[in-house]
Amino acid sequence: MVDDTSQTINLSAPVLEKLEAGSRPFSLLIQKLTGIVGKTGILYNADELLVYECDGYIVDKSAPDIVVFPTTTEQVSATVKICNEFNVPFLARGAGTSLSGGCLPIGGGVMIVLTRMKQILELNLRDRYAIVEPGMVNLHLTNALKGTGYHYAPDPSSQGSCTIGGNIATNSGGPHTLKYGVTTNHVLGLEAVLPDGTIIELGGPTAEVPGYDLHGVYVGNEGTFGICTKAIVRLTRDPEAHRTMLAVFQTIGDATRAISEIIAEGIIPSALEMMDHGIIQAVEEAFHFGFPLDAGAVLLIEVDGLEVAMDAEVSKILELCNKNNVREIQRADTPEERMLIWKSRKQAFGAIGRLSPSYCTQDGVVPRTRLPEILEFIEQTSAKYGLRIVNVFHAGDGNVHPILLFDERDQGQIQLVLEASEEILEKCLELGGSVTGEHGIGVEKINFMSRIFNETDLATMEKVRNIFNPRQICSRDKVLPPHGSGNATKVTQTHPARRAPH
Amino acid sequence: MKPGSSSSHPVDITKDPKEIPGSQIPYEKFLDCIHCGLCTAACPTYLETGNENDSPRGRIYLMRAVVDQRVELSDAVRGHLDLCLDCRSCETACPSGVQYGRLIEPFRVDIQKMDARQGKSSQQDWFHRWILYRLFPYPSRIRMTLVPARVMQTLRIDKLMNALKLTSLLPDKLKRMNDLLPRLKPAEPDLPEVLPAQGTQRARVAFFTGCVSEAMYSHVNRATVRVLQANGCEVVIPKTQACCGAIHYHSGADQAALEFALKNLAAFELDDIDAIIVNVAGCGAMLKDYGHIAEEIEGVSAEHKEQLKQLASKFKDVSEFLFELGPIAPQGEIPHSATYHDACHLVHAQKVQNQPRKLLELIPGLNLIPLNESTICCGAAGSYNLTQPEMADQLGKRKLKNILDTGAQIVISGNVGCTLQIDSKLRQSHQPLWVAHPMELLDLSYRGQKPAF
Repeated sequence: MVDDTSQTINLSAPVLEKLEAGSRPFSLLIQKLTGIVGKTGILYNADELLVYECDGYIVDKSAPDIVVFPTTTEQVSATVKICNEFNVPFLARGAGTSLSGGCLPIGGGVMIVLTRMKQILELNLRDRYAIVEPGMVNLHLTNALKGTGYHYAPDPSSQGSCTIGGNIATNSGGPHTLKYGVTTNHVLGLEAVLPDGTIIELGGPTAEVPGYDLHGVYVGNEGTFGICTKAIVRLTRDPEAHRTMLAVFQTIGDATRAISEIIAEGIIPSALEMMDHGIIQAVEEAFHFGFPLDAGAVLLIEVDGLEVAMDAEVSKILELCNKNNVREIQRADTPEERMLIWKSRKQAFGAIGRLSPSYCTQDGVVPRTRLPEILEFIEQTSAKYGLRIVNVFHAGDGNVHPILLFDERDQGQIQLVLEASEEILEKCLELGGSVTGEHGIGVEKINFMSRIFNETDLATMEKVRNIFNPRQICSRDKVLPPHGSGNATKVTQTHPARRAPH
Repeated sequence: MKPGSSSSHPVDITKDPKEIPGSQIPYEKFLDCIHCGLCTAACPTYLETGNENDSPRGRIYLMRAVVDQRVELSDAVRGHLDLCLDCRSCETACPSGVQYGRLIEPFRVDIQKMDARQGKSSQQDWFHRWILYRLFPYPSRIRMTLVPARVMQTLRIDKLMNALKLTSLLPDKLKRMNDLLPRLKPAEPDLPEVLPAQGTQRARVAFFTGCVSEAMYSHVNRATVRVLQANGCEVVIPKTQACCGAIHYHSGADQAALEFALKNLAAFELDDIDAIIVNVAGCGAMLKDYGHIAEEIEGVSAEHKEQLKQLASKFKDVSEFLFELGPIAPQGEIPHSATYHDACHLVHAQKVQNQPRKLLELIPGLNLIPLNESTICCGAAGSYNLTQPEMADQLGKRKLKNILDTGAQIVISGNVGCTLQIDSKLRQSHQPLWVAHPMELLDLSYRGQKPAF
């Protein structure tokens, strides 16, 4: 019954110490860290560390040696300094919802869990910003803003549990990024503890800050530039009005043409999501929403803005849908109907969990106009490998999430899933896209980096990383392939991830 | 041992499966969890501690690791599992449909049984033997026990005792029970076995009276029955009905729980009633689970399994039932502001969330203010506030703050456990709010009366 198909990564980084339980340095380290965070702020017994051996990515596992729960920036800084003194690796973790192993403590070390730093330090509606601690749950910020007329725009589908700190680390997106942009467009500044323990402030609440846009550089570092301890985030006015509709198409080709034409018209929907034939059937089997089972694709279209502009935008969208052979359009005019439509989209993944014992979601990006090609390729791949693949994705961004259904107890199928995933991602690259839209590189996609970027690009990135994190003591072996290590440390997947919703 | 290498932890195949808690749980139920973590922020204990071990995902991981023999059931592991409120908030948040309750509940039953075999069962301590098992399931016994409390409250001796700190001489658990004790209303006379519908009869229902609620909140039961009658329901109240058995089941005494279930099976005539109405969320969740539980308890005959499944399908929460029936709009004005607290065992375990709100919206003059974190547990969770006092208090304070932030005059709760907990927190902070059951407000409105609080 033990899941022995997973493997433990053990990439060696000789500059850092390996902690041995019971050894003198280990006891001393525990003693010093306890002095910083107190007895209730530290875990070091194996049975309580186990749950920290993986995050939302469960293919590879590696438990930390110590977990600490700091409550202030100063505690984070002091912890980091101690780690440097003892020469042990460390990394940050928020809610642990990363889908690419961003919170995987390779080689053990100290894990700094920020879930006890979750206060709103300042809400400034007139200047439209909030200062929050990194462990704040994304949705909790939006909940705290309810009734003020403002919200925090980035809304990854995991927003109910993921943290602002994690969003900054991965530059998270979400269904509404098509119009509102990703996390980096909403971070005005931040405070961080650098990998040597120094506390720095980057950017600030005002619109223009002189000097380099370092907070822009910082967002999306996947935890490799230190630990963000405060974020100044932009607050966005709630739209005065919105219109949500569901357009049913006979074929994927019609649906994607409609998408391109809507955007070419200059309309920027706040969300534009697509579900294909397979997923419509899955959702329908599980929830009985009343979707036509023979439809080729369904588009969830939402526009928002000023009330006076809405009807004109909607009629233009309807016109373009009609031009592309839309079969029917369901309007969601009441808040309840809108909730129901969004529920069908956000719970789509849950529905699959009920259909198939295991599934693996990929996260590819292609230019929007190439959507029909990639979807056709996915269909061919599905037929070639005899695997059921369904699609639900952020169509407006060209960010596809093909979901490969399989049974993880069947080794043969696992191999097919890995091969099929690889082919699909290769095709994304070939079409001028990328292998990750929003999940990050982490450890999962690290081998793709050298296929996306040439050596010069990678060397530049490494130089930037080394300015922040020269000894790679912080979140080691993430994002960039270990330098000069060739194939010796290559992580080979033996087992596809079972994946979470987006 | 280094935890990082734990995936190659040797499995001790010689171990008797009986000694591994959870080993009888179908393994697919663990596999349903895809480890996405979307449940974490829905979990009250994780919100408080921020520790993954205290999150639903973490607890499933721990239970699975115990079953896989990757970790021992150490005191630390047990502590994290014991801290679970079993509020099932995670089930509402889970997109993959993980049945968390069907993991933690049988797992805990196994732990209790293991303890019993080793002679260190909590079932054997004075609190479980005398209070939980011999007092709580029997309304008449609770009522007897409450006689001195009523006398003391009438004579205000209770306040004197508190002032003199005499109550601090009580054992901790009894002191906490004393703190929870509400201002008691006079006990109502027993309900008759049949009560007629008012106006045209629209349904025939049975009423489940409960034990703690019938002893301490008999007026809520009377209000519930009157509301049912006002909505054209003939109400039958079988005398032979028993406790739902939740306290027993959740503390590992599953055979005792089964006996109660079988008593209820015999008490309710299913053929000539439309539903069995429950007005306590905790009991309702247990009763609706009779079918599942029968599958998990050893030695239940196939016939009983089938019958318990049928019985389980008849139970309806009163708000759920009235909403489906189509409520007759009440006319009496209640000019107050109120906020509705979602009892875990209604919103998460029974998925009853909108129905009580829709019913309350029918009451003229009642201003319903949304409650922040309304679906986060108040810390009552059955006997949890007696067994995990620290976390119960933390969650109680959290709930109190959210309630006071609304500025409402009435807190509405559909579960006796929440009512006791919230009422006690309000009294401790000297707040004059009234904690009411939805049926109490509807009853007042149907009868054209104003609340007195």
